[in-house]
Amino acid sequence: MSSRVEILNDGGFRSDGRKQYELRDITIDLSQQGTADGSAIITHGLTQVMVTVFGPREAKMRSQTLHDRAVLNVEMSVAPFSTGERRKRSRADRRILELSAAIESTFEPVVQTSLYPRSQIDIYIHVLQQDGGLLQACINATTLALITAGVPLLDFVCAVSGGVHSTEPLLDLTTLEENDLPNLTVAVMPRTRKVTLVTMETRLHVERFRDIFELACEAGQTIHKEMKRAVKDRTVALVGAMDAGAKHPSGDPDRDLTMEDR
Amino acid sequence: MILLQTVVEEVRHRSLPLYNRLKALVKSDDKRIWIFYNEYRSETAVIREEGESPNDRNDRGIRKATAWYNNHVSLARPPVRGQAKSPLPTVVLLTDDVANRQKAEREGLTCMSVRKYVEGMKESGQLLDLLSVAGSDTIEPTQAVAARQALYPDYLPMATLLAGIKSGHLHQGHFNANQYNYLEGSVSVPAFEKPVLLIGREHMNRAVQGDIVAVEVFDEKDWKAPADEVVDQEATLKNDDADDSEEEGEDDEALAERKVLQTELAKQSTSSKQPTGRVVGIVKRNWRSYVCHIDSTSLTSTNPTSLSQQTVFATPVSRLLPRIRLRTRQAPMLIGQKILVTIDRWERTSRYPEGHFVRALGKVQSKEAEQESLLLEFDVPYRPFGKAILDCLPPEGDKWVVPPKSATDPNWRDREDLRDLIVCSIDPPGCQDIDDALHARRLPNGNIEAGVHIADVSHFVLPDTPMDHEAAARGTTVYLVDKRIDMLPALLGTNLCSLRPHVERLAFSVIWELSPEAEIVNVRFTKSVIASKSAFTYEEAQVRKDDPKLSDSLTESIRLLNDLARKLKAARMAAGALNLASPEVKIQLDSSESSDPIDVEQKELRETNSLVEEFMLLANISVAGKIQETFPQTAVLRRHLPPPKANFEKLQDILKKRRGMTLDVSSSGALASSLDRCVDPDEPAFNTLVRIMATRCMLSAEYFCSGSVARDTFGHYGLASPIYTHFTSPIRRYADVLAHRQLSAAIGYTSLHPSLHSKSHVERVLEVVNKRHRMAQMASRASVEFYVGLALKARSEKETVIEDAFVIRTFRNGLGVFVSRLGIEGLVTFKREIQFDADNYVITIPADEQLVAIAVFDKVKVLVEVEQDKNTQRGRVVMSLAHPIDSRGM
Repeated sequence: MSSRVEILNDGGFRSDGRKQYELRDITIDLSQQGTADGSAIITHGLTQVMVTVFGPREAKMRSQTLHDRAVLNVEMSVAPFSTGERRKRSRADRRILELSAAIESTFEPVVQTSLYPRSQIDIYIHVLQQDGGLLQACINATTLALITAGVPLLDFVCAVSGGVHSTEPLLDLTTLEENDLPNLTVAVMPRTRKVTLVTMETRLHVERFRDIFELACEAGQTIHKEMKRAVKDRTVALVGAMDAGAKHPSGDPDRDLTMEDR
Repeated sequence: MILLQTVVEEVRHRSLPLYNRLKALVKSDDKRIWIFYNEYRSETAVIREEGESPNDRNDRGIRKATAWYNNHVSLARPPVRGQAKSPLPTVVLLTDDVANRQKAEREGLTCMSVRKYVEGMKESGQLLDLLSVAGSDTIEPTQAVAARQALYPDYLPMATLLAGIKSGHLHQGHFNANQYNYLEGSVSVPAFEKPVLLIGREHMNRAVQGDIVAVEVFDEKDWKAPADEVVDQEATLKNDDADDSEEEGEDDEALAERKVLQTELAKQSTSSKQPTGRVVGIVKRNWRSYVCHIDSTSLTSTNPTSLSQQTVFATPVSRLLPRIRLRTRQAPMLIGQKILVTIDRWERTSRYPEGHFVRALGKVQSKEAEQESLLLEFDVPYRPFGKAILDCLPPEGDKWVVPPKSATDPNWRDREDLRDLIVCSIDPPGCQDIDDALHARRLPNGNIEAGVHIADVSHFVLPDTPMDHEAAARGTTVYLVDKRIDMLPALLGTNLCSLRPHVERLAFSVIWELSPEAEIVNVRFTKSVIASKSAFTYEEAQVRKDDPKLSDSLTESIRLLNDLARKLKAARMAAGALNLASPEVKIQLDSSESSDPIDVEQKELRETNSLVEEFMLLANISVAGKIQETFPQTAVLRRHLPPPKANFEKLQDILKKRRGMTLDVSSSGALASSLDRCVDPDEPAFNTLVRIMATRCMLSAEYFCSGSVARDTFGHYGLASPIYTHFTSPIRRYADVLAHRQLSAAIGYTSLHPSLHSKSHVERVLEVVNKRHRMAQMASRASVEFYVGLALKARSEKETVIEDAFVIRTFRNGLGVFVSRLGIEGLVTFKREIQFDADNYVITIPADEQLVAIAVFDKVKVLVEVEQDKNTQRGRVVMSLAHPIDSRGM
């Protein structure tokens, strides 16, 4: 029974030993995955998601092409071994469809689709492990995969989940906490400080919302730093590899950074 | 003192309530306890190694943390140059686990058992007593969750049960739990005079109050006496855990229970053995929805935003029921509310039945919730009347009047015009459903004509209509202190049928010609039309009768009735009727709106009460004779079986030993006269007390169908009448409606509806009515009790409430007392050891170097308080002795 565990004990610790505002360990792997144009694996604690991006490329379905911009196509698959309870989810699972729709609408205003009329960008999400914060991991991984694919974005999209225990806000929830607490996921664009997604499937007292929302926005900035560092490291490595091949000095790294930052 | 997280979590894992108490201890400021979260610190965190049991891992964690702490303390106080090095405190590992101590010593840690540590403290003597017994130096490891053991024996298959019951080696009966001791129950079976005793959980085998069970009776040498101790489920099982993942085998609680049972058996007196047996199967479950409270200590998280599913205990309001295990997501919201819970199943492997939450009734102690919970608890149908039922009412509504007299009007067919008679009604104050009225006048021949006029309900409630079905299902009107749940729609009950003064109403009249000595010369029954001249309260009628200045015909008629009633009563008493007593109190309400009780007073009985009563009895008896004569197979009658002699044994014994009085129970007449002799000249209330206790030994009266039982069992024991029925309150009792229909057919006014010719149909209807009647009585009693509680609460806020009380029972660890002024029974329990003499019904309490003996029938003073149970939020009356000794803190 999950209720054996205290969500927040008297010492202010959560069930996995974190403090209230502590995020889980984040690891980012941006290495090439097969033939994909861009890919990323992100790990938030025990949640692991792999995203591969193909495109922009010619739309396969004529009927769905748009003449003024590219179409985002998000497909998601959840590995049956990703949860404690082994369960096969079909591709048409409502929950999965809902998540992919949420991701699609999150990225629609961020990806500069108008640069690629009559084409489509495919985003394939593979959930490898789940322990809460699934949507946040999917969004963060998608951002990184789009960046590695070189798709022009207006900004990073950094998502984080949060919940409220009694009156205490908590960040980056595990499955156990998600089951117990009213929770929401917020996706922010750190540079413009705009919010592209807020979802909440549980009831939350309206007075608590502000606290947790502001906190989540702030946490988005922290996650942004991590993501930015990972992207920068990869670029530096790539540039280094190009140098090794061409023996030509490249532009100064600052310029790259500004470009990435854009 | 530092508690390690490992330890705290282990406590939590074993028992939540225990954990909650530990948490409270840690929080209190004067205790100086800290929790060290060793599992969350990288230096002290341990990971379970392969082949290591969780227990060993925990022990390792504890040792590691101790070692770290020792190191940490020395780092935190670095030696300062030039200063003498202050001695560093040593961190000592306290554990009762010998193996762990040995390992710790090998690692160079200081460690000690708790006992040894305490021995080194000041005033160790007192503290040592609090420790658990020495010698149990090994802590049982928490067992892994294995396949759960069966706690209860399996039931026999239904076919075996039925065959067993038929052949007589099994017995069938209703299971009754003992309200003082949850580990004991009894089943009354026809084969034995005394009920069959069931001792212990295994023998009760998952039976719940009200179930029809099959029991197997042990050999006579294994028979036992009922326990004489108060065993409270909540006290004994407070550490029990609701979560079903918990191991439910031989844990501490089961052991505690066993201990209770064993001490009882060891101390058992030789007297009063009773057939003892065990439940081998359930013939029929009678589970319904129960009103419960959530037990707050069984909650894992009390946080109101928590959405997780939790397993909690629901404690039923009724003490007769076991706790119910419940899984719910809204547990924190339900704390402090009354909720409705249904039992779903009771597995062999589970100590408690499992149920589900039905709905919340509202805040505890709020009147609405309490009222509704009462109605639900006693299964009273209280929904408003549906449209189909209301459609059966006369279309004129409250404009309906008796039409002007004419030969052709169907309302007047065969009705006698008694509108000119001086008829009046006498009822309790505020009565709206007046169903009886009386008259009396002298006849020219010197005899007296007396008439009882009963509302003609059967004129409006026709057989086999929706209204009739509803009334049959409701069975009776239920009177609560501040609410009445009607059997018939209010239009009929309080208006069209109610024999209100100065309006013409249809009636069913019983008219006697009585000799001046109140002997019946002649009786006739007729449908009639009357116009009551006045509606009195008992008090008004009494005043009028006693006022010598008044001599109008109405007053004369009351005097005449009273005169006759006195003679009737004398005759009845001579025939051996019992004058019984029940603790009846009246609640004074502030006003009808606020319904805050202001005081409790005992009901006063006036002469006029008895006047009405005598004539109603007379009418009932006359009608009973008539319908029995006409419909020998299906007459609706009421009887009161003579109580089995064994019921009185205990009371007789107490009376004899304590007061030297005897009770002759050979017949109702003998009982009546011996009750009259049980008088204590110094204590007028004593006689009433004995009467109350005698009443409790009797069976309750019941309706029956005359064709279903033997002719010689028709008698009414309490009234000493060979035959009896209910005829006089058709507005509030369904049996009376049936009697009306039968009487109406008996006088040829209508033909009898076919359903009333069918014995099985009448039996079925009466079974429901009997049940409803019983429930209604209990509901109104409970309602009074609730208001007494409220009134007491209000009073005890202003002053300490000390009342006179009589001891009515003695237990090994307490007293049962009866507070007559409040009409409530209470329990005084002692935590301290007391001496108990079961044979003489005396307990001896050591107090201030002297011994105070208290016996049954002793008059004591008790301090009455209303206390809210912390867990269940249930308000309950708590009593403690104030005189002869103060038992608070004992």
